[in-house]
Amino acid sequence: MNLDEAALRHAYETMRLMRIFDETGRREFLAGNLPGFIHMYCGEEAIAAGICAHLTDADYIASTHRGHGHCIAKGCTIEDMALEIFCRRDGLCRGKGGSMHIADLEKGMLGANAIVGGSAPLAVGAALKIKTRGDSNVAVAFIGDGASNQGTVFEAMNLAVVLKLPAIFAYENNGYAEMTGVDYHCGSGDIAARAGAFGMPAHKVDGTDYFAVHEAMAAAVEHARAGKGPVSIECVAPRWYGHFEGDPQAYRTKEEIAELEQTRDPLTLFRERVMAESTLTEADFAAIDAAVSERIEAAMDAARKAPLPEPADLYTDVYEVYD
Amino acid sequence: MAKITMREAINQAMRLEMARDPDVILIGEDVAGGRGCPVDDKEAAGGVMGVSAGLYGEFGAARVIDTPITESAIMGAAAGAALTGLRPIAELMFADFFGVCFDQVYNQAAKFRYMFGGQHGAPMVVRTMVGAGMGAGPQHSQAIYPIFAHIPGLKVVLPSGAYDAKGLLIQSIRDNDPVMFCEHKMLYGEEEEVPEESYQIPLGEARVVREGSDVTVVALGRMVHLAVEAAGELEEQGISVAVIDPRTISPLDVDTILDSVEETGRVVVVDEATPICSMASEIASMIVSDGFSSLRAPIRKVTAPHTPVPASPVLEAGYAPTAASIREAVEAVYNYR
Repeated sequence: MNLDEAALRHAYETMRLMRIFDETGRREFLAGNLPGFIHMYCGEEAIAAGICAHLTDADYIASTHRGHGHCIAKGCTIEDMALEIFCRRDGLCRGKGGSMHIADLEKGMLGANAIVGGSAPLAVGAALKIKTRGDSNVAVAFIGDGASNQGTVFEAMNLAVVLKLPAIFAYENNGYAEMTGVDYHCGSGDIAARAGAFGMPAHKVDGTDYFAVHEAMAAAVEHARAGKGPVSIECVAPRWYGHFEGDPQAYRTKEEIAELEQTRDPLTLFRERVMAESTLTEADFAAIDAAVSERIEAAMDAARKAPLPEPADLYTDVYEVYD
Repeated sequence: MAKITMREAINQAMRLEMARDPDVILIGEDVAGGRGCPVDDKEAAGGVMGVSAGLYGEFGAARVIDTPITESAIMGAAAGAALTGLRPIAELMFADFFGVCFDQVYNQAAKFRYMFGGQHGAPMVVRTMVGAGMGAGPQHSQAIYPIFAHIPGLKVVLPSGAYDAKGLLIQSIRDNDPVMFCEHKMLYGEEEEVPEESYQIPLGEARVVREGSDVTVVALGRMVHLAVEAAGELEEQGISVAVIDPRTISPLDVDTILDSVEETGRVVVVDEATPICSMASEIASMIVSDGFSSLRAPIRKVTAPHTPVPASPVLEAGYAPTAASIREAVEAVYNYR
């Protein structure tokens, strides 16, 4: 653990923001305040936090339908995100994207994506832009275990290898593709090995361990920034909730979920290790928790009360010019 | 002014824009010349039809990019690159192949601007080959652009010749939204007078190819030439036929069509695409809605039948409209009451 106290605080705060943002968002969804769907990231926070710790606004990420955590890790402000999941006029996407399409291009966040497997070719495109301009940035595609079987992802990996692009394929193996377990849906059973067979370095780490993700990503970023081509990292971190909120999860037991919360909570694991190996204390974490909760309640409250889009907004931003 | 082919005109448009703007790149299968590094730059094939010949030698591998056969990745990479600042020209060799990659175009590129609340669009051009006529069969001959026109966020261009192709492609590359640029494979070798310098033709402006006062023929792509041929023959019979080439089907220049219909009151719409949910239907429907009071006869559509494109030249000859079938339709609306 070679991170300084500020980095440790930032990592924890980022993960805590993800956790509380989604739990509070779920509460609002169940109360009928959010349209559409909401996909919970709980259990997977260390992945986005560990990956994005190495990125700046000039690097890119392309995300998934389960994208709130990625947004937070990439620096989107939670106040703007809250407005968007409430589909309010002043949200990041003016209420036209909603939970599954939050994007913030100034932060290099190329959008959550409601097409499973949609992120990978887009990240390859961002990496192509980086290489064409001669920059040393990277583009990351977050890809679920379900999306790992999509042809778009295979094509994206191959093209990134062929063109030697600074792309990083961050697989989030959360155990389930919608309702279907990875042991059933992934033919080879090994996402990392399959990615490696495309001709790139392929890491596999415990995605509930912030430090393991952080370390693998450090190596990946160094490789990609040096112009050596793409890298993949499979991060294994089971999700705590269903595919979408409202999924009855008949495909797994309550005991499985309870055990995950008891033994595989990335925030608990982080706290315990950091308290054992640094000067941060229980009180430090409690203070972060309190501040995060307060900030998110305020953001959700403001979003709930924020103005709705105007009816005429339906027609804007289809094209820049069309006549 | 020199006469050049539509193939050369498209090549000129790309060359001029690539020289003008370093953010313009060309990506696709064999667009450089195969394997990304031709033995001799000057001999680089420049795509299966030679449309991008010479660009690799001039702009290099960083900007003229050969890919594997990987249409989803080509379209997605173009969309991602466009979203982050480049102006890619992505070549989808045959438009028929949209079936293996269209998600990246219609769910991603076409929706960025709207879905992201106006933050950024996808300034990319998909150049793709359409149309029957060379016996290429059911999966290499379709005119499926009405599907593109159905998608909000896409613009769809359908040049009928070299002059329009050059000006429309330059305009399309500079457009800040995704443009599907549909090149009819049977027009690549057709010559027209084309200025050497750069010029732009706005998207959404039809061309009145031929003035006429009795019947309006709206024809798309290669059909424009057949319509002009039919109009010449009809003139000898004393029927004055206006021919309008919309040039872009999204946006569609409704006003130019309606102005002509107001004068003639009789309309034939000609397209090589299949008839159901087609541009021919769309244009006819628009005229009925917005030009009803001008109409003096039912609108006739001359299209391909609702079948795949056959490979047999004998069958294919009966597939697309002909000057004769256009003439027959014009006579029918002209003689209606």
